[in-house]
Amino acid sequence: MSYYVTKINENGNIAVDDTLLVKGAPAAAGSKILKGFEPLFSAEAVVRLENAGYTVLGKTKVGEFGLDLVGEFGVDANDTLKGAAAEAVANDEVAGALCVDLNGAPRRAAAISGVNFIKPTYGTVSRYGVIAAACSGEQVGVCAKTVKSTAALLSVIAGHDAKDGTSLENESYDYDTDLDVKGSKVLVIKELFDAADDTAKAKVDAFAEALKANGVVVETASFETVFEAQAAWQILMSAETCNNLSRYDGVKFGYRTPNYNNIDELYVNTRTEGMNLLTKATVLYGSDVLSKGRYTDCYDKSLKVRRVVYDKVKELFGSFDAILTPALSSTGYNAYSINDAFLKVYGESLFTAIPNLIGIPALVSGGVQLMGNHFDEGMLFSLALTAERSGK
Amino acid sequence: MKYEVTIGLETHVELATNSKIFCSCGGHSSPKEPNDCVCPACSGMPGMLPVMNKKVVELAVTAGLMLGCDINRYTTFDKKNYYYPDLPCAYQITQLFSPICVNGKVSVTTKNGVSEIGIKQIHMEEDAGKLVHDDWLDVSYVDFNRTSVPLIEIVTHPDFHSADEVLAYLEMLKSMFRFGNISECEEGAMRCDVNLSVRPEGATELGVRTEMKNMSSLAAIERAIKYETARHIDALERGTEVLVQETRRWDDTKGRTFPMRNKETEADYRYFPDPNLMPIVIDDEWMDEIKAKMPVSADVKAKEYADAGISEKEIEMLVSERKVCDLLDDTAALGCNKKEVAAWILTDCAGILRKNALLLSDLNISAQALSTIIKKVGEGKINRGIGKKVLTAVIEKGVDPEAYIKENSLDVQVDEGFISGVIDKAILANPAAVADYKGGKEKALQAIFGACMRELRGSGDPAVIKSLLEQKLKD
Repeated sequence: MSYYVTKINENGNIAVDDTLLVKGAPAAAGSKILKGFEPLFSAEAVVRLENAGYTVLGKTKVGEFGLDLVGEFGVDANDTLKGAAAEAVANDEVAGALCVDLNGAPRRAAAISGVNFIKPTYGTVSRYGVIAAACSGEQVGVCAKTVKSTAALLSVIAGHDAKDGTSLENESYDYDTDLDVKGSKVLVIKELFDAADDTAKAKVDAFAEALKANGVVVETASFETVFEAQAAWQILMSAETCNNLSRYDGVKFGYRTPNYNNIDELYVNTRTEGMNLLTKATVLYGSDVLSKGRYTDCYDKSLKVRRVVYDKVKELFGSFDAILTPALSSTGYNAYSINDAFLKVYGESLFTAIPNLIGIPALVSGGVQLMGNHFDEGMLFSLALTAERSGK
Repeated sequence: MKYEVTIGLETHVELATNSKIFCSCGGHSSPKEPNDCVCPACSGMPGMLPVMNKKVVELAVTAGLMLGCDINRYTTFDKKNYYYPDLPCAYQITQLFSPICVNGKVSVTTKNGVSEIGIKQIHMEEDAGKLVHDDWLDVSYVDFNRTSVPLIEIVTHPDFHSADEVLAYLEMLKSMFRFGNISECEEGAMRCDVNLSVRPEGATELGVRTEMKNMSSLAAIERAIKYETARHIDALERGTEVLVQETRRWDDTKGRTFPMRNKETEADYRYFPDPNLMPIVIDDEWMDEIKAKMPVSADVKAKEYADAGISEKEIEMLVSERKVCDLLDDTAALGCNKKEVAAWILTDCAGILRKNALLLSDLNISAQALSTIIKKVGEGKINRGIGKKVLTAVIEKGVDPEAYIKENSLDVQVDEGFISGVIDKAILANPAAVADYKGGKEKALQAIFGACMRELRGSGDPAVIKSLLEQKLKD
């Protein structure tokens, strides 16, 4: 089975997931509703890689609008779900892949496939050319086999872009990978550790041991804010997704239902036929939390929770250099029915929501997740490299 | 019983920017053909992000200051969700939670006196596209040229009590915005929603409110207000119908309003803050910059012209067109006398335009060209008649005045020897006239003078020629 929806250049060395635009190549974000859409320009991150001499091999499969568990490629012989981009990297098809992280899918995929994925600090990588779903928390990240190559590729795509109003001012970023981590402090969040199964716990333990062996202090403590963060991000993410996906109405481009007699039927049937159940559930949930009766208690409250989480996490980073957690509840997923997808993704977002919600960086490496303070990717890379060198 | 009508207005004004509000497509007046002026951003294609046009903020603040508003130094954008084919993203970017201007006040003058109108707020937003319906083929076409053209929406308090006040207010906005280069305010660039209720005079509670949306002609607005007021009074007085709070459509040909379907009016727009646009912070430096660029009002300009000795009638014509004032000021700045420039514009330019069936607002001449002509006449390098001839060529053909004068040898012949020769020739050629003149017929001089001017193709200085001619005839 192929990892790609479109092959662009057989000699290419980079994969780009289908939520990012590559000029001239169809872009559908994994959705039938964008069938046949061809972008007029490439995403800024893609352009920067190309300018640095990389060539796009192809566009990897992705779960519809990036909303699913792992950027579904399908299941392997052991009936385990894999992400297409992460697998392409794991199997050395490409030197790296660009994936959009809006609800943790590329992080979970990287953990399952045993590769690295960095979701950088919000605003460091341009979102120009990302088929948007959840603008306030999604970022383009890099998937690569080693910590060093992950950092190197990120430094190519990061930097100010005037075409994205939320892009930060720094023209470029240099990421350390060799900071002296001896004596640095890492927190394991008890609630997230407890929520994982034994296989995932074992990964975290092994990673922690490797760090400790290199003089890193690892402590476990409770941080109940993770539950609020999870709920808040699911509300904000769904609302923004609902809004961003409204444009796919069958009027301008992409899929249009053949079954309509008037404009209302055109809208309803196009969207009913063009989106999968997970997308529809997300859109409906998002529409609900924005509606008159619910806005104050759901959407507006989530914005306030975001602020509270931000403050509390910042406080944590006063005493710790990084947070260590499982990237997902287990070390893999079995195939599941689309009917269960919404709740399954919601459940797994417990581990991944904070970085999307408040824009901090998260690095998946060695099957676990490290979260860091804003702009502290260097610390995460250095910790991960320490563990990588220890064989973890 | 006597009744009082109460009206509040929401007025959308298209801003005169060079580009759209969130992309670099041309702004209000660029497009010619449908979908000429469209890019991936304003057609809602995925992957594009809105980037704020600073000029929109500056024009909105300027409008706010003109209407006596407080300016929110921290202002944000929100998304308003609804499906319509002319709205490519299925949301409109607007300001709900923190509009840029609030708490303004203006006075309007009608024949019944002066009334104070409170401005609740002014917010920035993007316009939607247009649908063109082909009833014959039973299809609709979408034109996105107008999509994302910047608008401000000015919301008043319900402070109007007559159609006259509403019209006076709208006229005032129009002249203020045109004069301030905020908006061209041409047909369709200013659109009004009218909220109206009627109550018995002296009642404390307002009556049932109805809204008429999207009206752009002042005459239609006046008719609609009069109709709707009468309908409300009829309902209250004679029980012709039960008034309900609703949105109604004014049909100008039928001369009445119709209720719109509920579906169109009871939408839940699911507003929320736009995460793609950072809050706009207007710091003191930027505020000072905007204030420094504030256009003077028509009143201030009028006073300035009166001080320069320009007549009241002329001033009235001048200040009705901001462009013309700018031309006058720029020409004066190049060293011409204001009063003289005003005369050139209002008499000579206007005359030439009239001949071409054009209006003063169509005047298209640079201050540089106008000042060149005025100065050359003033310095006697060309005479006034030639000046007008050059002006005509500049306005009609867009020629350069200097080059035109040179090419057509129109400059005054200062070579007295040459002029003297021409005069001598004219005297010899008109013996009868010479005899008449010498016999006391002053008027006979005109024939000889005319012959001289013909020979010189109008380029001589008439005063010099005349005195030389008289001199020669005396001798």
